[in-house]
Amino acid sequence: MASDSAPHFSSRDAVVCRGVGKTWAAGTRRAHEALRDVDLDIAPGEFVVFLGPSGCGKSTLLYLVAGLEEATDGRIAAFGDPVEAPSPERSLIFQETSLFPWLTVWQNVSFGLSIRGVGIEERKQIARQALQRVGLAEAMDKRPDELSGGMRQRVAVARALAMRPKVLLMDEPFAALDVQTRSRMQDFLLDVWRDSGASILFVTHHIDEAVALADRVVIFTARPGRIKTIVPISIPRPRDPFSPQCEALRKELTELLRAEVDRAFAEQEALADAV
Amino acid sequence: MAVVERDATTGSAATGTSRPAAARPLAVNRLFASIAGWDWLSKAWWTCLSVGLFAGIWELCWAMGWADPQLLPPPHIFLSNFGEQGKFFNTATRWQVGNSMEGPSAFESVMITVAATTMRVFVGLVLASVLAIGIGVAVRYWHVFDKLVLPTVTLLSPVSPIAWLPVAIFLFGIGNAPAIFMVVVALFFHMVLATIAQIDGVSPNLINVARTMGASKRQIYGRVIVPAILPGMLQVLRMNLFGAWMVVLVAESTGVGYGMGQVIMLARNTFNPSLVFFTIAVIGVLGFAFDWLLRLAQRRILYWLPDTQEKLRGL
Ligand SMILES: Nc1ncnc2c1ncn2[C@@H]1O[C@H](COP(=O)(O)OP(=O)(O)O)[C@@H](O)[C@H]1O
Ligand SMILES: [Mg+2]
Repeated sequence: MASDSAPHFSSRDAVVCRGVGKTWAAGTRRAHEALRDVDLDIAPGEFVVFLGPSGCGKSTLLYLVAGLEEATDGRIAAFGDPVEAPSPERSLIFQETSLFPWLTVWQNVSFGLSIRGVGIEERKQIARQALQRVGLAEAMDKRPDELSGGMRQRVAVARALAMRPKVLLMDEPFAALDVQTRSRMQDFLLDVWRDSGASILFVTHHIDEAVALADRVVIFTARPGRIKTIVPISIPRPRDPFSPQCEALRKELTELLRAEVDRAFAEQEALADAV
Repeated sequence: MAVVERDATTGSAATGTSRPAAARPLAVNRLFASIAGWDWLSKAWWTCLSVGLFAGIWELCWAMGWADPQLLPPPHIFLSNFGEQGKFFNTATRWQVGNSMEGPSAFESVMITVAATTMRVFVGLVLASVLAIGIGVAVRYWHVFDKLVLPTVTLLSPVSPIAWLPVAIFLFGIGNAPAIFMVVVALFFHMVLATIAQIDGVSPNLINVARTMGASKRQIYGRVIVPAILPGMLQVLRMNLFGAWMVVLVAESTGVGYGMGQVIMLARNTFNPSLVFFTIAVIGVLGFAFDWLLRLAQRRILYWLPDTQEKLRGL
């Protein structure tokens, strides 16, 4: 259950989770356990993908790392400091559009800077740079509702990048996109990842996505989510999805996941019967 | 590269010709709309048609002898003696019907009365909105405030505004104040509850984004929650607009010196159906204009909202 890399507590690690657990509505009758005993170390600049049956607590773990929710057990540290509150260093990108519809694209991107009281000229310039990195510099003055789904997610990435995050937390960011757009977005994300040097924690339920992106794939068990195994991927990028190595990896991940998905289903059916 | 579907549709709406023909059943209408892409012209056309149809049926009933012109005078009767009816709007000489030629003309009288009532509705709406949004936000912002204020608001919100009428008179006597008070009281409690419901409906993602960006509680309220609830609040305001008009008439018919409500009461006391219908027509037009203005404001201020109405029409 423990991570397969050597356990270390050094402050050089981007994220360290030790015995992390989360019980929602703890102490009430509706209490239920989403995560249990998660140990995980993420190196700076590492790309880690979380795979697991839906409802196993992957999003919950991202929320805990982001500092938006508090763990009920264990400790989480980022670069040696315990995570106690949200921080611009750890940006979360959601599945659905989370742009502010009343702001233009560049105002969205520079929202965090305006919170800090940065002046308008500087904000605009930083926003332009961030949008250039995601290839949307011409869309500066557009409204979010004028953009396609893929463009909105790129703006959300630019908004995170404008804060110079050291950790990017991405919760199924491309799940709502069609297959072609998604694969373009994956390439784009790898570029962004390379020049930002940030660690990425990326949740998906697409095995292909995990194969295309990850340095390591963390596979979770059905709820309460625990780490079942961690699969390191050493195939050099850019990866050919049809290469024998990728095919073998896909097969391995599918099998690892299948047992958990079956378990999750059985559990849900049992729950439904009980009701 | 940045052109998207929505851009394309708004672009064609501006030229006005490339909408699906099925959305517009009448050839005449299509002609109107395509002349210069004046969408509003087609809307005005339909409004006239709708009102004309209603008036036409009424006139028909009169022509057939089904509607007694003494009780239900058709539009051509109650609109034609405008000069005479307008006099009744003149507060100064109202009681010497028929013999006063001095003072404001009929048209001026109507305008003064309309302006007075409209002002009361408008001021009441603005006050009620500002107060309700302020209190609603404060309820969610400070927990103590929630505990202290919410039970009372919830308790008072089902009380009919009519029950407040005596209070309005005790507190403010006669004049503008009691009428405005009535409008505020009629809207306030519902709008506080609506504000709270809107706040609770703000997407947690938006709030979480602001939190990860390091926004303080105050910044989250000021920059995320308030803008996010504005569309819903304008909607609530529009729904309460007609309620405000009703209440202002009730208030005016009892306490205040002049206004549309007074004219209605006068018409009732002097048994003047023409005046009643004339006033109703004026109120209808005013309410319509107000709603139209609010909708315009909604589109201007809340440019980011999708146009669902348009989609439903395409079904
Ligand atoms: N805010 C919340 N309050 C209560 N329960 C929650 C909340 N968020 C998630 N859960 C529960 O925690 C479990 C894990 O959810 P989640 O982390 O969203 O799973 P995943 O992202 O892996 O699909 C689910 O059973 C879900 O119902
Ligand atoms: Mg999830």
